[in-house]
Amino acid sequence: MVNIDTKIEADILTLKVVGEVDASSSINLDNAINNAIKEGHKKILIDGEGMNYISSAGLGVFMSYLQDFEKHNIKMVLYGLNEKVLNVFKILGLDQLISIAESESEAKVLMND
Amino acid sequence: MKSGKALSRISLTLAILSWLALVFADLTLLFTRSNQIPSAFAEELPYILRSLYFVSLFFFYKYRIKRAEIINFVDLLWRVFVTGLLTTIFSLSLKSFDLLIGKLSQNMYVVNLFYLINLGLAGAFILSTFLVWKRLILYQKSKLLMRGWQVFEYGLFASLIFVFLPEEIVSKLFPVILTILVVIGIVMTVNMKWVAYLNFKQKWKSMLLMLLIMLYLGYFYININGFEDYPALLILHHNTTFLIGIFIFIFIYAFFSVLVILFNLPTSSVFEQKLSEVVSYQRLSQSIQTEQSEDKVYEILLDSAISTVFADAGWIEITANGQDDDAIEKYEGQYTPYSPDLLYYKFRIQDEEIADIKKNLKKDKIRNVFDFNATDRAVNYSKFQSRLKQGNFKSILALPIEVQNETIGALVLLKDVVEGFNGEMAKIAHTFVNQAGISIENFRLLTSALENERYQEELKIAKKVQKSLLPKMLDSNEDFEIIAFSKAADEVGGDYYDSYRIDENKIALIIGDVSGKGTSAAFNMSQMKGVFHSLSQLNLNSVQFFDYANMALSNCLEKTSFITASYFIIDKDNKRVDYARAGHCPTLYFSKKEGSARYFENRGLGLGILRNNKFIGYLDELTISYGKDDVMVLYTDGITEAQNFKKEEFGYVRLKNLLEKHAHKSPEEIQQEIIRELYEFSGQEKMDDDYTLIIVKFK
Repeated sequence: MVNIDTKIEADILTLKVVGEVDASSSINLDNAINNAIKEGHKKILIDGEGMNYISSAGLGVFMSYLQDFEKHNIKMVLYGLNEKVLNVFKILGLDQLISIAESESEAKVLMND
Repeated sequence: MKSGKALSRISLTLAILSWLALVFADLTLLFTRSNQIPSAFAEELPYILRSLYFVSLFFFYKYRIKRAEIINFVDLLWRVFVTGLLTTIFSLSLKSFDLLIGKLSQNMYVVNLFYLINLGLAGAFILSTFLVWKRLILYQKSKLLMRGWQVFEYGLFASLIFVFLPEEIVSKLFPVILTILVVIGIVMTVNMKWVAYLNFKQKWKSMLLMLLIMLYLGYFYININGFEDYPALLILHHNTTFLIGIFIFIFIYAFFSVLVILFNLPTSSVFEQKLSEVVSYQRLSQSIQTEQSEDKVYEILLDSAISTVFADAGWIEITANGQDDDAIEKYEGQYTPYSPDLLYYKFRIQDEEIADIKKNLKKDKIRNVFDFNATDRAVNYSKFQSRLKQGNFKSILALPIEVQNETIGALVLLKDVVEGFNGEMAKIAHTFVNQAGISIENFRLLTSALENERYQEELKIAKKVQKSLLPKMLDSNEDFEIIAFSKAADEVGGDYYDSYRIDENKIALIIGDVSGKGTSAAFNMSQMKGVFHSLSQLNLNSVQFFDYANMALSNCLEKTSFITASYFIIDKDNKRVDYARAGHCPTLYFSKKEGSARYFENRGLGLGILRNNKFIGYLDELTISYGKDDVMVLYTDGITEAQNFKKEEFGYVRLKNLLEKHAHKSPEEIQQEIIRELYEFSGQEKMDDDYTLIIVKFK
C-alpha cells in the first residue's frame, strides 16, 4: 500500500510517497507522476522519506518517465530515501539518471541548477 | 403390454359369452319349468355363469384401467361417467322401446331377457366404477392399505361362492358377511389423497362427475329392483352379496368424495399457490444447470416472485459491473440503490417510474426499504416492506440479493394497494432471492473455476518453457567448478542464468533478473536468452555486449520493464575474468590470497532503462585476475532481499560473512550452507521472490 500526497509550493510540485511501492501500488505512483506531467509542472520533487520499500515495478515507473522528462524539459529530484531504498536505486544504476538528494533543501538546490 | 391387451380381450370375450350363456340357461330353465319338463342341466348353472360373467368383467376392467396409465383423476372419473352414460342410455332406450310396443313386458321371456340385459349393463358400470375407485384409493398406497384392499377384494370374490351353500346358512350369513364387507369398504373410503392434487377447476369437475355417477347408480338401483315386481322373473341375480357389497361401497365412496371435495374447495387455491412456489423454487435452482447466463436467473427470479406474491409490478436491479465481461473486475461492484449504473430487469414498469419511486422514497423520508443493513430485518419480515405516498403503487417490498455475503442488488415488488404485502409474502420472496443468490454464486464459481483452470494451464506451459530456458549444465573448464541453484516464487520466475563457450579458452557466463513476475517475466527472460546466445558468440567485451543487448531489448521490452544482468568472460589463458554489471546485484568475490570477500562496485545500469546510445556511458568493465581457491558468488536479489518474520532482510553482510566462513569448502557445500542459512533465516522454503545462486570456484 502506498499513499501519495500532492503539495504545490511556488513552481515546485512535491509528491510525498509513503508506504511500500510494489507491483500493485506502483500504479498509484504512475498516476501521480502522469498527472503532474499533464498539468504542466516543470519541477517535480519526490519526498521519499516515508517510502520503506520499492520493487522493480516501482523502479520501472521512474524509469518509464525519464524520456518524458527530458522531452518536456521537466526536472525531477528525489530526496530523503532510506539506505535500503537508495541502495536499490544505486544497484540498478538509476542514481546516474535521476537526481537524488539527501534532504529537501539539498533537493531544491539541485532543482534550480 | 401385449399380454395385458390380450388378457383384456380374452376376458371381454369370456364375459360376453358367459352372459349369453346365462341368458340361454335362464331362458331354457324358464321354458323347462313352465312346461314341466325336467331340466336339461343342473339348477346351479345360471349361478355359475353369472359368477363367471362378473369375474371376467372384473378382469376385463382391471386390465383396461391398468393399461390406460391415466394420471389425471378427472379423466378417470370422466371414463366412469361415460361408461355410466352409455349403459344408462342403452337401458333407458330399452325401456322406452318396451313402453312404445307396450305388450312386450307381458311376455315372461322378454321380461327375463330385459332383466338380464339390465343386469349385464349395471354389472359393467358397477365393476368399471369399482376398479376406478380402486385406483383412486390406492393412489399413494402403503403396505397396510394394500393388505386391507386385498382382504376387501378377496372377501367380495369369496362371497360369489355363497350361492352354492344351503339356503338356511345363506340367509343367516348374508347380513353378517355383507356388513363385514361394507365396514371394510367404509374403512377403505377414508383414502382420498387424490382429492388434494386437484386444482380448483378440477375439483368442480370431479364433484359434478361424482354426482352424475351417483345418479346412474340410483337409476340402476331403481331399475333393477323394479324387476322384482314381475312374478315372471325366474332368478333374482342381483341380490348377491358381491353385487350389493360393491354397489354400497362405490356409492359411499362417491358420496364421501363429493363431501371431501366440497370441503377442500376453499383451500385449493392455497394448495395451488404452494405448488407453484415449489415449482418456481425448483426452476430457480435448476436454472444454473441449464442456463448459460445470470440474466436468465434474474428473469426467473423476477417472474416467480411476482407471480407468487401477486405483485402488480416489480424490478430487479444489479450492480452493473457485476456483469462486466472483464473477468477480474467482474464481482467487485458494491451495490448502492442510488447508483446510476445499475442493471435493470423490469416487469410492467418503466425506467422513469423506478426513478420516481426512488426519488419519492428519499424525499418522503419513509423508512428506507433499501436500507438492507437494518438489523431488525432478520427477525421481522414485514420490515422489508414500506408504503408509497405518491404514484400508482401504494406498497413496496424490497429484498437484497446476496452473493457470498455481499449485496449485489435488490428485488423490488410493487402493489397498487396499501399494505399489499405481508410477512409471509416477504418470507417466500426472501427464499426465492436466497435461492437465486446461490444459483448466481454457483454460476460465478463455475465460471471462475474454468478461468482459473485455463490460467493454471497457461502457467504450466510457461513454466515448462521457462524451465527449458535454464541450462541443465553450465560450461566449465579445468580452471573452475560451477554449480547453480534456482527456485521460482510463482509458477513462473524471471531469474535467468546461462553460459556459452566462446572458444577453447573463453567461457561467457550470465546471470539476470527480469523485472516483474509470472508469465510476462518468463517471456522477457526468453528474449534475454536469445540475446545472450546471439551476442556472446561475437566475442565482444562485456560492456559492448550489454550495449548491443540494450539496443536489442529496448525495442521489445514494455515501457516499464527492464532487465538486470551481470556478464562474465572467464579467460583461462590469462587467468582473468572480465565483468560488467547491467544494474544487477554486485558480484561477491572471495579472494584466497586476501582471505576475505568483497562486492564488486563498478558502475552499471539496467537494460532497457536508457533506450538510446548513451547507455554505454553508464557501464564500467572490471577485470579480476583469479587465483586458486578464489570463489565467485553470483545471485539475484531474491536472496539478499529475503525477509524474516520481523521484516528484516537477509542482506549483503550476512551473505558475505557466510562466504568467508565456508569459502574453503567445495562449491556444492558452499551453496548448501548458504541455502540452508537462507531457509533458516526466512523460516520457510517458499519465498516472495525468485532466487538464484551460482557458485564459481577456481582451481
